[in-house]
Amino acid sequence: MKTLKSIGFALLLTVFSSFGVNDYPAATGYGIGDIAADFSLKNIDGEMVSLLDFNTAKGFLVIFTCNTCPYSVAYEDRIIALDAKYKSLGVPVIAINPNNPDIQPGDSFDAMRVRAKEKEFSFPYLLDDGQEVYPQYGAQRTPHVFLLEKNETGNMVRYIGAIDDNYQDASQVEDKYVEDAVDAMLSGTEIEVTLTKAIGCGIKA
Amino acid sequence: MKYLSVFTLLMLFVACGSKKEKENTEELLTETKVEVPNSNIPFPIYDFDGLEPLLKKEGDKTYIINFWATWCKPCIEEMPYFERTYQEQKASGVEMILVSLDMPSMWEKRLVPFVKKNDLKGEVVILDDPKMNDWIPKIDTDWQGGIPATLIYNKDRRTFYPHGFTYEELNNELNKFIN
Repeated sequence: MKTLKSIGFALLLTVFSSFGVNDYPAATGYGIGDIAADFSLKNIDGEMVSLLDFNTAKGFLVIFTCNTCPYSVAYEDRIIALDAKYKSLGVPVIAINPNNPDIQPGDSFDAMRVRAKEKEFSFPYLLDDGQEVYPQYGAQRTPHVFLLEKNETGNMVRYIGAIDDNYQDASQVEDKYVEDAVDAMLSGTEIEVTLTKAIGCGIKA
Repeated sequence: MKYLSVFTLLMLFVACGSKKEKENTEELLTETKVEVPNSNIPFPIYDFDGLEPLLKKEGDKTYIINFWATWCKPCIEEMPYFERTYQEQKASGVEMILVSLDMPSMWEKRLVPFVKKNDLKGEVVILDDPKMNDWIPKIDTDWQGGIPATLIYNKDRRTFYPHGFTYEELNNELNKFIN
């Protein structure tokens, strides 16, 4: 059974991505190597933000996250630390709240502003108003990270997944997936782990 | 001294079966922040190795394994459908295990009261294993980690559903296993 499963896995993936499973949205969205679309979303300061605005950036850590998900909250300080570490190296954090505030009032634009102020977010915190960006990326949960590298063709997806391997306790982390990926990207070496999975809060559509 | 009693308590739990284990005592003794399973939590607390046997039981029964958490709205919304289905199908050899992914800080404050208030009949167990990228693919290779998610299996069939259910949908699927 197990062997059969692994043999059929690649095939299944292809089938699922074209037909979907039981009418539920399948794992569509970007894969590694795809060029991610830019967006124009409203930041907590009222300004519209696009990736194009960051002339000197070498890439981006696009992180779908929110106020209300316990996993997002558990990772807040680590997201702030990622921005502190990598913005100066040309890879800023761009946080996007993908939730529909009508369904999740705690993720309203006003609530985002409050939270960003409380935690002194050093990065844009954008509302995916109309919820068009997260499906395009294929974000499925919060937090969900997409590392993009800017090149001549656009912003190429280099890593998708979790921030690290221990949401509970930052001091017990063994694999810093995102940091390892950004470091490898910036040094021009191969990113060893490009896809990781994690439990997270489903996006409220 | 305090650490010693914490340690003893933990060892007691380890001894009671395949509860969550820590690999070495040194780590344990220095780790003051660790949430110690205690008698206020009336459910088994597993890491993935502890949970795994529940996902591959043999025999004639059909098992519904629902992954949920009290913080997950759609999980809570579908819970009544699971409970009702379980009550109705129990006699047909259906067992139900509700695998809570609540965080340690929520066990006492949220999980225990929720289970009590709703008088859940499914068997509640806690999966407390932060190495998600290791265990999620072992449950299903296509699962990205979103909940609700449900596994239904018996000795002949096995299907993983990375989505929520209505009562009708759950019954339609379950009928493929028990008929």
